[in-house]
Amino acid sequence: MTFRKYLVLAGVTLCASIGDSLLSRGMKQVGNISLNHLHDLILAVLNPSVALGILLLLGFFASYMTALSWADLTYVLPATSLGYVLLTVIAKFYLHEAVTTSRWIGILLISAGVGFVTQGPALTHHPASAQSDERGCEPASAGRKDERQAMENKR
Amino acid sequence: MKQAYAWSAIAAIVLASTTGDVLLSRAMKQVGDVGALWRQSGLWTVLGRVLRNQNFLLGVLAMTAAFYSLLFGLSWGDVSLIAPASASLTFVTNAIAAKIFLHERVDHRRWMAAVLVAGGVVLLAA
Repeated sequence: MTFRKYLVLAGVTLCASIGDSLLSRGMKQVGNISLNHLHDLILAVLNPSVALGILLLLGFFASYMTALSWADLTYVLPATSLGYVLLTVIAKFYLHEAVTTSRWIGILLISAGVGFVTQGPALTHHPASAQSDERGCEPASAGRKDERQAMENKR
Repeated sequence: MKQAYAWSAIAAIVLASTTGDVLLSRAMKQVGDVGALWRQSGLWTVLGRVLRNQNFLLGVLAMTAAFYSLLFGLSWGDVSLIAPASASLTFVTNAIAAKIFLHERVDHRRWMAAVLVAGGVVLLAA
């Protein structure tokens, strides 16, 4: 893991939590949406907070995709879950939601989970791609390659 | 009724985003290290390769479903319940799905992380 990769993970964390908070503020301004008026859900993107929230979530998506290109899903997700700590702080101080003691303990457990996963390796080394033994990965990826070949042949 | 709406939104988010995460992760593994590819052949090559990947497009579709379920849920419940509850429950389903579909090595550290986060979710919802 290089410094640049940690920056990408930080980008995932920050964009996700700030984006979600903005969405929440916007949707509170829009008001409750009932199942009978689902088209209100589509019009909700016109609210400035919702729009800015979506922009930040796009930033989240770009950095998330980048992280997934060099790390396991089961590494990236826990490693970036510190965002919930940030989200709770934002919810308390900017959205003025009530955050109880048990929620704070929940946040603490999530943080502990982050500690566990970041101590391990970021990427599973698949023996199938390096050597040609076992695991059942090889036939699957070979099958995919065949499919791609077939698609290209069709074109 | 508000609670029922909030929790069915959470269930929908978990299902859709687990599907999306697995598809996107598979897509990005097929694309390869984005940073290296960018330095080597430029941003447009990266974008082209990502956008033409079928798993990526399906993953985005699933994520869109998850996103609208999130908007729906946020109009009914607190952000500090909906967002952590759905996304963190996704940890457990993702750990299982990543092991089965992506053949990731989910060792004791990663299970521990999933379990701790799941415990955190229970407390968040209490």
